Amino acid sequence: MNKPIRTISIFCLFLFLALMVNATYLQYWKAEDYNDNALNRRVIEAAYSRERGAILVGREPIAESLPVKDKYKFQRTYPTPFLYAPVTGYFSFFDQTGIERSQNGILSGEDSKLFVTNLVDLLSNEEGKGGNVQLTLDPDAQRAAYDGLDALNGDVEGAVVALEPRTGKILAMASLPTFDPNKLAAHDLGAVGDAYDRLNDAESEPLVNRGIQKTLPPGSTFKLVTAAAAMTYADYSADDDVPGGPTFQLPETSGESGVIDNEGRSCGSGKIPFGQAMAQSCNTTFAQLALEVGADRMRDQAEAFGFNSRYLEDLGPQAVSQFPDEMGRAQTGQTGIGQFDVRATPLQMAMVAAAIGNQGTVMQPYIVDEVQTPDLRTLDKTEPRELSQAVSSSVADGLTQLLVETVREGTAGPAAIPGVEVAGKTGTAQSGIDDVPPYAWFVSFAPAQDPEVAVAVMIESADYERGEIAGGLLGGPIARAVMEAVLQ
Amino acid sequence: MAQQGALMEFVHRRRRGAELFLLVLALAVGVGAYAAVGLGVDGQVPVNLVGYGSWLAALTVAAHVVVRFVAPYADPVLLPVIAALNGLGLAVIYRLDLAYEAAGRSNHDFAPKQMTWMTVGVVLFVVTLLVLRDHRVLTRFTYTCGLAAIALLLLPLVPGVGKTINGARIWIGVGPFSFQPGEVAKVLLVIAFAGYLVLHRDALALAGRRVLFIDLPRGRDLGPILAMWAISLGILVFQRDLGSSLLFFGLFLVMLYVATERPGWLVVGTLMFFGGAAVAYTIFGHVQNRVNIWLDPMDYYDQTPGSGQIVESLFGMAWGGLIGRGFGEGDPSRVPFAESDFIIGAIGEELGLTAVIAVILLYGLIVERALRAALISRDGFGKLLATGLAATFALQVFVVIGGVTKLIPLTGLTTPFLSAGGSSLVANWVIVALLLRISDQARRPVPDLSAPEDDVDEQATQVVRIG
Repeated sequence: MNKPIRTISIFCLFLFLALMVNATYLQYWKAEDYNDNALNRRVIEAAYSRERGAILVGREPIAESLPVKDKYKFQRTYPTPFLYAPVTGYFSFFDQTGIERSQNGILSGEDSKLFVTNLVDLLSNEEGKGGNVQLTLDPDAQRAAYDGLDALNGDVEGAVVALEPRTGKILAMASLPTFDPNKLAAHDLGAVGDAYDRLNDAESEPLVNRGIQKTLPPGSTFKLVTAAAAMTYADYSADDDVPGGPTFQLPETSGESGVIDNEGRSCGSGKIPFGQAMAQSCNTTFAQLALEVGADRMRDQAEAFGFNSRYLEDLGPQAVSQFPDEMGRAQTGQTGIGQFDVRATPLQMAMVAAAIGNQGTVMQPYIVDEVQTPDLRTLDKTEPRELSQAVSSSVADGLTQLLVETVREGTAGPAAIPGVEVAGKTGTAQSGIDDVPPYAWFVSFAPAQDPEVAVAVMIESADYERGEIAGGLLGGPIARAVMEAVLQ
Repeated sequence: MAQQGALMEFVHRRRRGAELFLLVLALAVGVGAYAAVGLGVDGQVPVNLVGYGSWLAALTVAAHVVVRFVAPYADPVLLPVIAALNGLGLAVIYRLDLAYEAAGRSNHDFAPKQMTWMTVGVVLFVVTLLVLRDHRVLTRFTYTCGLAAIALLLLPLVPGVGKTINGARIWIGVGPFSFQPGEVAKVLLVIAFAGYLVLHRDALALAGRRVLFIDLPRGRDLGPILAMWAISLGILVFQRDLGSSLLFFGLFLVMLYVATERPGWLVVGTLMFFGGAAVAYTIFGHVQNRVNIWLDPMDYYDQTPGSGQIVESLFGMAWGGLIGRGFGEGDPSRVPFAESDFIIGAIGEELGLTAVIAVILLYGLIVERALRAALISRDGFGKLLATGLAATFALQVFVVIGGVTKLIPLTGLTTPFLSAGGSSLVANWVIVALLLRISDQARRPVPDLSAPEDDVDEQATQVVRIG
């Protein structure tokens, strides 16, 4: 009977081999598939009950995990929720946004940079902790930006972004309306779902970080780009005269709708000084300059400042600022004053201002200053990186001169700071939709020579009469407050 | 004479010292795992660690001492392997108890119950070794065992006694305890088959006709195989127990093949099994359901009856990865009945692929040792019995672990020595006692076979002596 017993032995050997191969397939090759499966609550719950690292601004945590006595062990808490929510985003059982999402690897502790720390935890049988994320935000500037927006009348929709021109550090990023991420991080998952639905359905889009996620026509603030193109491609300098006039009929148009005027500001007739054109924000001038430069080179200039591309790597999702691709000559004239299909985020306009202040060099904007181990050792510090050279340094100097004049004598007066030379530009962009009031913009940087801060303010909606909405009046004081906060 | 002399030269060593050493290692696995559960879940060793460890040590040492005295030549590896498995199972069940307690479930005393059953198992192990000094005695009870097995299998169908748990009617209620008579029937069936086949193997092996290169048995010899086939299908249909059905029929086929040395039986049997299974698939919804879930478990996750159990177990094992989450770091209580059928999922989640492979290898070792005993056994009954018990183990492990890891459709069976469940644990301790008895007989020095009437030379010598 031994022969069949040997056969049975071999048969059993195959049975056990099959089991071992299959277990290896399941737990090694297929493991990632199963872990990523949407039905897999285990992985989600484990991530949710880990001690996440803190998000820090200055020395203060703006998001931290505090121990609680329930099954998830830690409660994600935001001590100053409304101020920072657009940046931190939220960390809920179902989803994450903002820094909570973009830096999830570090915060959760899964990033390979934390490998050594994790190994030590594993060996010492400690619960793994996530690393910390230090932001570049300046708490005073952030507070000034938020308070400035919040002080406007009515239900404000708007955003402020401030940059350090030399490095590209984001110093402030406020957006209204905002939300309370604590409500979305709560452990009562039913209430979280309701809160999320309410926020997500709200018409005012409180979950959108308007600083980077929403593009709007930049209006007259785009004249910085037009002026840069005129100086770069059409050999104008700050002291030259430029075409002016009370009205301008766009080419290839006829009648009222093709006429551009200056809404009552003084723009002379025939040639006027470049300084006057910028200070009075002369639409007629910049439409003609854009036509002189031409659509392709206007686009080149806009793209040199960052339009039509993504550059923000540590926070998202970033809306791409647009300069249109195909257009006729009438539309080219309109783009010169930031209308037609030109659309920009506040971050993009802050970058334009920052580049002019920084000798024409566009720095890549960033908000994560460094990532740290749970015991605050620096793992990785972001190094400033040049994104592009938008204009030459002589063009940048000329533009700065124009913008300083605009603050001193022109429409951007409300941003003036005693004792500091400020460069700035207002913008009031037509929404292009009936019943939707114009958008007020303001961009500035200070001190004008070697600036420490560049700001863009965008007010999408606030409770003002149509006639009162002007970038200078609404945005100027906010920009000034932010600049003062940084300069102090 | 020369040949016999060569045979006489090889004598198996007793190796009881090796067994004791391996038992110490097995105890380290059991007690160490228990301590690790406490450290991982509560951050401290369990308060009753000393008492627990002592009791576990006492049970294994008692088993060892009995083996040393009544089966001194028994295989030295089997007892340590099952001690390690049983100890690991206890620790994992204790881990699940803690999870159930934390979740506020009412039943979280599986580990103490399992310890009680282990004690009962060891007692029966000892009794088996003490009472059964020669396994061939069992041939006297061939038909008794067969009838008892069938009675036990039918018992759950008796109204008032049988209980349906989780859709399978394979339980009987005795007071507060639930008992799966199928586990005991399994052992009795192996004994009955072995006894029957060793008597009738010649008729089954030699008579028959050849059809298409295959030696088919005679029609009248098909009786027993048909009966077994009917019983297996009956279990499948009336008790909805796919696992046991597969196990009993597979077991019978293997033993029939070994007894007759005719692969034709395997062909006929396998065809009959798949034919029956195909018919069952088309007729019975629960069989179709199992197969559909096996093919596409994710599609049935939220349904009833659905695949939530196996999917959660697969997620757990995948999450455990190569080295596992560690005791207390996983979430094995997400899997319903993790302490019984799905215990391998809990092991995979918290101890990883490493431990799953280790467990499979331990089972492999048991089967290998049992088949080795079958090979060296000197009597046909011992060979058949050991092969049958080995096949039981191999098939059961394959069906349950293969089911949990989605190699084959899931069928409910317990994981020997690991799963919480008294009937299975006790039956498996008895199985190992039988295996030890067979290997003890097989490894003993060959007794003096020189019976006078068998050997002409000896007779001649006798004649001379008288003369």
